[in-house]
Amino acid sequence: MTLELTLPTRKDEDFRYSDIEALRSVWPIVTEEIEVAADAEGALEIVETGAGAVARHVAITLGKGAKFDLRVLTAGPAYGRIAVDVKLGEDADFTLGAAQLATGSETLEVVTQVTHAGLNATSAQIIRTVLAGASVGTYLGRIAVERGADGTDAEQSVRAMLLERTATANARPELEIYADDVKAAHGCAVGELDAQGLFYLMSRGLTPPQAKRLMLQAFIAEAFTGAPGEETLSEAALARLEAIL
Amino acid sequence: MLEINNLQATVADKPILKGLSLTINAGEIHAIMGPNGAGKSTLGYTLGGRPGYEVTGGSATFNGQDLFELAPHERAAAGLFLGFQYPVEIPGVSFVQFLRESANAQRKSRGEAPLSGGEFLKLAREKAGLLRMDMDMLKRPVNVGFSGGEKKRAEMVQMGILDPKLAILDETDSGLDIDALRVCGEGINAIMRKSDKAVLLITHYQRLLDYVKPDFVHVLAAGRIVKSGGADLALRLEEEGYEAVVQETAA
Repeated sequence: MTLELTLPTRKDEDFRYSDIEALRSVWPIVTEEIEVAADAEGALEIVETGAGAVARHVAITLGKGAKFDLRVLTAGPAYGRIAVDVKLGEDADFTLGAAQLATGSETLEVVTQVTHAGLNATSAQIIRTVLAGASVGTYLGRIAVERGADGTDAEQSVRAMLLERTATANARPELEIYADDVKAAHGCAVGELDAQGLFYLMSRGLTPPQAKRLMLQAFIAEAFTGAPGEETLSEAALARLEAIL
Repeated sequence: MLEINNLQATVADKPILKGLSLTINAGEIHAIMGPNGAGKSTLGYTLGGRPGYEVTGGSATFNGQDLFELAPHERAAAGLFLGFQYPVEIPGVSFVQFLRESANAQRKSRGEAPLSGGEFLKLAREKAGLLRMDMDMLKRPVNVGFSGGEKKRAEMVQMGILDPKLAILDETDSGLDIDALRVCGEGINAIMRKSDKAVLLITHYQRLLDYVKPDFVHVLAAGRIVKSGGADLALRLEEEGYEAVVQETAA
């Protein structure tokens, strides 16, 4: 268990878009350490649907050939910060699927540091953010490929949907690569719901909120595809979605 | 059933429909034909209420209701179905979920009880069968990975499930091979050729009309209907071309 004691400021890159006042109320953050032994498998679901401020920091170390599946749903907190540090050994595999849903003046963030330390490890991150009102949703994702971690395959897919022009999405993918033969794909997009698609759905009789919900449900579902708890995660996300629309 | 009077509409401030009038009664099948850019698709989208299609004059009354007062989903609930020339792909949403929610949203607004899962699947299977579409296709995401022909058949399955009073079918025949054209044509007949229903076919070609015989054929040119006639007019257009027929009218 490690503790960082000084409350950060927005000058700290990892807290650049944080709600510092809300963070103060949950500070300091206790790091949750997870170690997965060689060739073992682990999984974790982080579901934060309460209204109070929450900040979590998970540090995961994956041994040789270890696998980990992490799913995150933040949908409800006035301030929600999920920070994840992952260190992958040789042939390790890490999956992150995260969805954040916010409205009003809520501030949600997912901050990841994925370090490939061994040969041929793979990581895939899918982040989906839905923002209504004047909410702020942030993803800061750093991928570090250390010297010698050749054959790394690291993917990031980051998409945010703004339901109103007053909402703000921040996305900052970062890559630091010191190895050869590395595949590092990252896609990042902030957009609005496709007007063509909405008209198509409404022309069949769906009300505007129903059409939006259906499209957003599909958008969020990508973060939970293949998860052990896919169904319950999707249902929890849907409940919040209906409250937001 | 539908009475369009002197309709004028613009797209991106450009006038496209310039005083179009048309009356469709229950039990009738009408075909609108015309050259590219005449305003055929604009007519469909304007009647369906697509954003960006601005009505600047005239009226459309659908079973006594002012169509332009209704939002797109209300038009659907009132019994209007718009078959798209380019059906939209919606990844992650299955046809079954989408259509069941759509059907039940329409039923709700009409004060009818919703269809249960079982009732809906039975209905969907029956209509898919009419269009010779495998039920498994309806479990897939909406239109994703469908060929052009499959998308059009899926449009007709949707029409069968939603059971509209008036179907406006925008170039349902485009992108269809000969067999699919026949299947779609027979589907339209089976679903819509009834005394209390009507169809407006928007098409470039006569070939769909071999299967769905229209009661009336109209020629649309430069935003207005310039000629109307029976099914034989379509044959003449095919033979002589739009230009000849349109000019003959002007003369």
